Amino acid sequence: MSKKQRKHREHWYSGITESVQMYVPGNKIYHTMPARRARIGTLFILPFIIGFLFFMVRPLILSLQMSLSEVKLVPGAGFTMTHVMREYSIFGTRISLPLGNYHYALATDPNYNQLLVQEIGRMAINTIATIVMSFVIAVILNQKFKGRIFCRIIFFLPVILSSGVLPGIESSNEFYNMMSDIGNSVQNSSGINISESLQNLISVSGVAGDVFDVVFQMIDAIYDIVMASGIQIIIFLSGLQSISPSLYEAADVEGCSAWESFWKITFPMVSPLLLVNTIYTIIDFFMKNDNRVMERINTVMYGVQLNFGVASAMSWIYFGVALAFIAISTLIITRTVKSYE
Amino acid sequence: MSKDNTVFIGENKNFWVRNRRSEGYLLKRRVKQITISVVRALLMFGLCFMIIQPMVTRFAMSLMKEQDLYDSTIILLPRHVTLENFKIVYDLTDMPTSMLNTLWISIVVSICQVVAATLVSYGFARFEFPLKKFWFACVVMLIIIPPQTIQTALYVTFSNFDVFGIFQATTGSALNLRSSLLPYIMMSLTCMGLKNGLFIYMLRQYFKSVPESLEEAAYVDGCGTMHTFVKIMLPDAVPTIASCFLFSFVWQWTDLFYTRNFLSGYNMLSVRMSTMASRMGRYFSSDATQAVVVPNGRQLQLISIAVLMCCIPLIILYCFTQRTFVESLAMTGSKE
Repeated sequence: MSKKQRKHREHWYSGITESVQMYVPGNKIYHTMPARRARIGTLFILPFIIGFLFFMVRPLILSLQMSLSEVKLVPGAGFTMTHVMREYSIFGTRISLPLGNYHYALATDPNYNQLLVQEIGRMAINTIATIVMSFVIAVILNQKFKGRIFCRIIFFLPVILSSGVLPGIESSNEFYNMMSDIGNSVQNSSGINISESLQNLISVSGVAGDVFDVVFQMIDAIYDIVMASGIQIIIFLSGLQSISPSLYEAADVEGCSAWESFWKITFPMVSPLLLVNTIYTIIDFFMKNDNRVMERINTVMYGVQLNFGVASAMSWIYFGVALAFIAISTLIITRTVKSYE
Repeated sequence: MSKDNTVFIGENKNFWVRNRRSEGYLLKRRVKQITISVVRALLMFGLCFMIIQPMVTRFAMSLMKEQDLYDSTIILLPRHVTLENFKIVYDLTDMPTSMLNTLWISIVVSICQVVAATLVSYGFARFEFPLKKFWFACVVMLIIIPPQTIQTALYVTFSNFDVFGIFQATTGSALNLRSSLLPYIMMSLTCMGLKNGLFIYMLRQYFKSVPESLEEAAYVDGCGTMHTFVKIMLPDAVPTIASCFLFSFVWQWTDLFYTRNFLSGYNMLSVRMSTMASRMGRYFSSDATQAVVVPNGRQLQLISIAVLMCCIPLIILYCFTQRTFVESLAMTGSKE
């Protein structure tokens, strides 16, 4: 039933009329099987359509309006919105645009700009590290060894431990930060910091110092990375298990080594999931509770200022950045994955 | 992976004889296998230890008296064992009420989410209808758009809730649904709840992997669409649905964002936990009007205990259901 038979169409709009006719009784198409199936299918996804229109599209539009205006809550009557105008000169002509809130968020707010840049940098590094890490762990968990079930149980614990309030709640404590500072300084002074001494050893040889800095940054943040890769491991593992063993057998018979069959079979088969995981990781990082940009938006919104307009503008900027990031990584991944196919 | 070649050599020969016959290949292979398994075991042990260690530390800390916290000779084993910390956290988080509230709200919300997601994902997996691609793109958008973007707008929408001005016309003013459960239930039933897009995606993958001939056979035998869905598709999908339910439950249990925005009228565990530190001063003072300064170390200890108490039910639940988790997710393979 899934294969649509495309008929010859007389006009460019005949597709549209056909699909409208599927829903309107009293014509030939209405009683056909595809039309019936289409109506039932639409009924199945109706909750989603309603929800998307009412609780996503409408608030999105409202939020866009808010980000352009000053919102004042009026008791009883809801709220009023007035555009926050700002004059710009483009090619010599002065144009007044309602971008006051955006200007405030980027140019006037003391913290937002800086936090945004920091968090994006952290996101880029963490995403790459999370993807690599979860892929390696998934490949290992997919092998047969003693204690595999036990390892699986443990590796899915981060799904619980890194959700909701749990990750941010302790790091907001001053004592916690103090303790980790002390830990770092002790390690520095006594020289038992393994990663640092290794870093010194390698960077003395003077090869690509910046790259090593990033790598060691990742190694130091390994706890955060493992905690953030719960779902990604599960997704990769499900992909790995759907690969048929006969493929490996055939490769073995043809004389492939394990290394070769990893790159020629495992990697191409799992690579579609790379995209899903990357997008998920980026979004997960965005919505984390301990994300400092999110904290800033919350303080602007619910804090003393109660500034809904600026808060909306901030979250739109943040969303725009995320979208750009997702678009770039999608582009890169689809390009590289295609070369394997 | 590769089969043992004892068949060709004979079982009674010892290892070195067999090795000589295979011209050193056997030894090479054995060494390689052992090296791989040792490296793997080390890696797995290290990572597992890293995940478990904070929980162990928390547990050890929960049994310590305050003086033990500042004693530098104590790392894990407490010198003065006490259980009163649990009592304090129990009071501070308003435990029986907040946990029961969190429990029933999480169950209700997860059921709503999963029911809606199952229906929608079946619609996407099995039917052809106009604009299908567009709506599925919307599902992907749903996963991508952070709820923070529409947070303010939803706040305003639900504080004067109205459907095409009906309430305005009948009762004179729009409804304020800010402190009731209704907005959140509505959102869950229409797939707009916490990470709902992901559930649709997962369940759709599953339904797509079921062979279509199963349904066609049912159709030939005179089964209607609804009948096919309930009697044939649903029973097989139970493990996947269950794991979606568990994800939903766990995330809802610890969620702060939606809880703070939609369930401000309820006494919830996550909100209690996040505001715990600010209520400690009042709790420890003998006089109800003044607050004492609680040392940061003590605060951290109590917060850690709260985290532990919040996690324990989930971990117990997870231990009982991990088989469902692992196996159903293994089946939700990618078919694209």
